[in-house]
Amino acid sequence: MSLHMDVAVTRGRFTLDVAFDVPAGRVLAVLGPNGSGKSTLLQCLAGLLAPGRGTVTLDRRTLTSVPGVQVPVHDRGIGLLAQDPLLLPHLTVAENVAFGPRSQGVPRVRARAQARAWLKEVDAAEFAHRRPAQLSGGQAQRVAVARALAGGPRALLLDEPLSALDVDAAPAVRGLLRRVLRRRHSRDGQSDDLRSGDGRSGYGHEVTGDRCAVLVTHDPLDALALADDVVVLDAGRIVERGPAKAVLAAPRTPFTARIAGLNLVSGVAAEDGLRGADGRFVAGVPSDDCVVGEPAVAVFAPGAVAVHPPGAPHTGSPRNVVDTRVSSLEPHGAVIRLRTAGEAGEEAGIAADLTPASVAELGLEPGSPVRLEVKAAAVAVHPAVESPSPFPAAEP
Amino acid sequence: MARRDGTRRGAVPTDAVPTDAAPSEAVPTGRGPRSRRTRNRNPGLPWVLWIPAGLALALVVLPVVGLLVRTDYARLPELLTSGAALSALRLSLVTALLSTIACVVLGVPLAVVLARARGRGVRLVRAVVLLPLVLPPVVGGLALLFLLGRNGFLGYLLDVVAGVSVPFTTTAVVIAQTFVAMPFLVVSLEGALRGSGQRYELVAATLGARPWTVFRRVTVPLLLPALGSGAVLSFARALGEFGATITFAGSLEGVTRTLPLEVYAQAQADVDSAVALALLLIVVAVVVIAVARPKAFDR
Repeated sequence: MSLHMDVAVTRGRFTLDVAFDVPAGRVLAVLGPNGSGKSTLLQCLAGLLAPGRGTVTLDRRTLTSVPGVQVPVHDRGIGLLAQDPLLLPHLTVAENVAFGPRSQGVPRVRARAQARAWLKEVDAAEFAHRRPAQLSGGQAQRVAVARALAGGPRALLLDEPLSALDVDAAPAVRGLLRRVLRRRHSRDGQSDDLRSGDGRSGYGHEVTGDRCAVLVTHDPLDALALADDVVVLDAGRIVERGPAKAVLAAPRTPFTARIAGLNLVSGVAAEDGLRGADGRFVAGVPSDDCVVGEPAVAVFAPGAVAVHPPGAPHTGSPRNVVDTRVSSLEPHGAVIRLRTAGEAGEEAGIAADLTPASVAELGLEPGSPVRLEVKAAAVAVHPAVESPSPFPAAEP
Repeated sequence: MARRDGTRRGAVPTDAVPTDAAPSEAVPTGRGPRSRRTRNRNPGLPWVLWIPAGLALALVVLPVVGLLVRTDYARLPELLTSGAALSALRLSLVTALLSTIACVVLGVPLAVVLARARGRGVRLVRAVVLLPLVLPPVVGGLALLFLLGRNGFLGYLLDVVAGVSVPFTTTAVVIAQTFVAMPFLVVSLEGALRGSGQRYELVAATLGARPWTVFRRVTVPLLLPALGSGAVLSFARALGEFGATITFAGSLEGVTRTLPLEVYAQAQADVDSAVALALLLIVVAVVVIAVARPKAFDR
């Protein structure tokens, strides 16, 4: 069961043009900022939007092919878990979960049993008789997961499924999604009730099969926790793709670096580092595939950047030193993230993490001059990608 | 203490008051209520508005008061239980109920189509649907007469084919009332449909529900509150219908003379009787609002 998508959609001045495969049982994360085309992509997959060109196939069944084929939403076998749980307010939790099987013609008693089994699966069995209004955000989203899976979809779309949850609820739902998405084969533990469908529609398959999923998110943590592969979308195009860990740990475009929360300086690979676009040398550790003189990027974490007052003597081991000015200071979890104004080759400027105490001690505020230092050992240099990488997303 | 609080309130921005400190015991008493009061104070209601607002309220309330003052309470029971009054009341309730049912049966699908269908024609249709809202009812009645009357093209057809004549029958009353009342239902339903969006419908579809299942199990249940208030509005409008009814259905006692028509007829002959019947209409209207209070009136 694999999902294949190759479509182009034009909406006004915006064009989405993407192609990817999600092999059976794998999860693809689509990362990108607002306006990058994530929701357009989902709408094409779900069948809400007919693309101007292209095809969507799921498990060798053509869902969209322009011109000619556009299978309606209810017959595509593609489930959706949205940002909001969207539980039907007039039904109980159990009736919500049974909605999918019932709509597909499963008899009432059997649908009820399936709903019970799925609620148990997401640890929400005790809410079965409640109304959605009586659930917390996290509980409701867990029920929504059960409902989406009870529909027996061949592929599941997850549209920022954790972004509406508060910090306390998100980890539990993330864990649940991890469990249900990443479980490859579970024929042993599953009760017979977790099979659904009647074989007539696109939903007629067993739950134990290898369902694939597309996860749209802007949070690299979700991508790392839930997805095998990622594609990074910018202005309607895939700018980077590959295994989730590799792409996020070693971003090759400034854009991916920003999503992954890393600093990135682009330039040309040099011996023991990188020559920036402005001629500045960045000392670092080149990866094995770096070729001197070829385009490359230097990547380092904000936590690896030390912040000093501007006049401080340059001592110790850090070999990368830059004098610049603070452009912004924002809370970032337990630390304060300092950003500098962007310069040539840096695009977004450099981000540095420091404790509130250091910010107070250094008297930092936007506009303050600072000296930033980074150890060469903390800087990784990778070959840059100029265009979307040719290798398919599935390859490790 | 209170005065000091007053001066402090002027000096300290309300945002700076630690609202979460209110329940704590360490905070001096009186501070909790004070912060609650400052929060509840309307941030900026220009006092000038009170004058036209008061005038508007007077315009609504005073005529009713005038009616109440003018009522001859001694003759009231006798006037209200007269044969003509009772038959008009019964006819009004029956026809208003029937037209409300017609409004729901026809108006719900129309509202759903208007809210959900895409296409260039839909905007035009929406404007046409609102026509009875802005049209003088008398004109609506005339239009109905020229459609369904003996000389109207549909009326002629009905007469020749089925031997049926619609005008000046109770059916004509129901048609006239439905004509003027339906836009109320359609407008309130369409607003609700647009407000709620299609997110629930979409989720239901991704669960494998066909469009008809989605309509039956998602759209309609979600629409019920708006349907309730829309139906009440339509019922009230149908109950008060006068212009279209008298033009299209005439004023035949027991057949087409509804309560408003009876009030009008009595106003020429016996003013006391007209006032009593008017009072009855007001009572019915108040009961309708109280029993099935439309959401629109709540907010």
